[in-house]
Amino acid sequence: MVENRPFLTFLTHAFLILGFLVVALPVYVAITASTHDISTLMSGPVPLLPGSHFIENYSTILTSASAAHGLPNYSHMALNSLVMALVITAGKIAISILSAFAIVYFRFPFRQVAFWIIFVTLMLPVEVRIMPTYKIVADLGMLNSWAGLTVPLIASATATFLFRQFFMTVPDELLEAARVDGAGPLKFFRDILLPLSRTNIGALCVILFIYGWVQYLWPLLVTTDPGYYTLMMGMKRMVTVQDGVIEWHLVMAGSVLAMLPPILVVVFMQRLFIRGLTETEK
Amino acid sequence: MAGIHIAEVSKVYAGGVKAVNSVSIDITDGEFIVLVGPSGCGKSTLLRMVAGLETISGGQVKIADRVVNNVEPADRDIAMVFQNYALYPHMTVYNNLAYGLKNRGTSKAEIDARVTEAARMLEITQYLDRKPRALSGGQRQRVAMGRAIVRKPAAFLFDEPLSNLDAKLRVSMRGEIKRLQRRLGTTSIYVTHDQLEAMTLADRLVVLNGGRIEQIGRPLEVYHAPASTFVASFIGSPAMNLVKGELHGDKLAIGPAMVVLNGFAPTSGTVTVGVRAEDIRIARADEEALPFRLEYAEELGAQRLIHGTVGDQQITAAVSPEIELAPEMQIAFDASRLHFFSVDTGKRLPGNLPAEAKLAPIEPVV
Repeated sequence: MVENRPFLTFLTHAFLILGFLVVALPVYVAITASTHDISTLMSGPVPLLPGSHFIENYSTILTSASAAHGLPNYSHMALNSLVMALVITAGKIAISILSAFAIVYFRFPFRQVAFWIIFVTLMLPVEVRIMPTYKIVADLGMLNSWAGLTVPLIASATATFLFRQFFMTVPDELLEAARVDGAGPLKFFRDILLPLSRTNIGALCVILFIYGWVQYLWPLLVTTDPGYYTLMMGMKRMVTVQDGVIEWHLVMAGSVLAMLPPILVVVFMQRLFIRGLTETEK
Repeated sequence: MAGIHIAEVSKVYAGGVKAVNSVSIDITDGEFIVLVGPSGCGKSTLLRMVAGLETISGGQVKIADRVVNNVEPADRDIAMVFQNYALYPHMTVYNNLAYGLKNRGTSKAEIDARVTEAARMLEITQYLDRKPRALSGGQRQRVAMGRAIVRKPAAFLFDEPLSNLDAKLRVSMRGEIKRLQRRLGTTSIYVTHDQLEAMTLADRLVVLNGGRIEQIGRPLEVYHAPASTFVASFIGSPAMNLVKGELHGDKLAIGPAMVVLNGFAPTSGTVTVGVRAEDIRIARADEEALPFRLEYAEELGAQRLIHGTVGDQQITAAVSPEIELAPEMQIAFDASRLHFFSVDTGKRLPGNLPAEAKLAPIEPVV
């Protein structure tokens, strides 16, 4: 739409800026809060200008603060979060691209049923099926383990569905040409389908990494061993102190740091991300 | 190099729809066969059964004297050119050409030699590093053909390869396909719905209708002696005029007019009479003529097509553009130029093969 109406331009920009402020203000407050000391934060509302304790707060949270709450090192929890997010991302993509491949390109009994079962689980988020899932994981002895943390989160209806939709837009002739060229199913998958799905995989990586990174409820349930604590749990535990003051300045510093990896992922994979969502390479 | 033998091949889809019904074609080594027919006549299905992309419900397909009914497409020693080219979008032209050879475990040096040769032949050498996306339609078409050529298969299968190109490019690519096939001498089956493409490319054409063969023959045979009203109306542009006529001894009644046949009548009673537009002329003053009521005229430059009616039957005639048009005209034709078809079966009635005499065998120009 190319329109030249100054008032409309003003209005749209006003809305845009307003929306931006609404979203950005809490983040800004968190960042400012992380640069003040505890007494400033406890004595009244959070100041809107940055304070002078930036280095002090961040070095405390990175080195010593978590130990006081019976938590592992900040870097240890960050590593846990990273491993969990990466395993979930990789696992989800591997599983869902293969199941989409099976559903689209192979004829087997109950193919449609299989697809609909996967599709229906879209409507059941982790929280809804958390009790039975917990029971299964507990019975399998997977509590307090990497497998328990990641495997139940790997099955992904969304990604399967997205890949299925993408595969259905790939022209049949491509498969036929590959068959005439002597490519079996797995060769076709590896040489043709996988490269064509590159942008889709990139976009999903971004979404799924963030999904894995922000997981809170599930790790909270299946891990009691502090060695498996993730950042999200650590932050939560620092807020729930029995007595004494909550160290908001440190909590905020920790939260700001925890926001960084997803932001970095989005910034660096943005090009791929946008292409994957909008462009179909045919 | 090999012949292809298609013996009573049928295709029945789930639900009992017969797409191809007991079709037999013997294709000799190096022959260029064109399957032509309207959409839904089963021509693509037949081709895909030869390629192995479609299962064969009945009958037998032999390539180089080997029954291939249950052989994977890759092992049939065929190469296929698809309508939408089906190039691998993420691979360069070079890799598109090389992919099939790689899968067969051909050596790197051999692949390189074959791709270079094919690229030179098709004049796509300077595009070898490009992705298909960066090519025009005609260039993509060449790459698709190149992919078939590098394999040096026993047979080329073309599935309407030119229908995505614009009209001008289609004509030049048509010539190129023909030249290439002559040069390589590879047996080819070519599917098209364009009768002009079929006429110009084929050594022999196979006209299909409703899953059955209507006629197999050299292009001019089919043109001059169509085996049925379907072939008569499908091959040739404008389509052959088909009108109802009554045979009385040696005389043919078309509507109110009578034509003397001079011994060309094959039977008697009601028949379908066919006459090509170019075999109709404006009647001289002294000859028997049919009254023609002009409806409209189409200018083709070299010719003028006049459409109108004789009695209540539609007739199209191709006449010289110099002829003056009038609402009422008199037209005539030689009795030897008429085709007679049975009213019931649509089959050609024997005893009148007007153009047979003119048919000298055409030798392929190498």
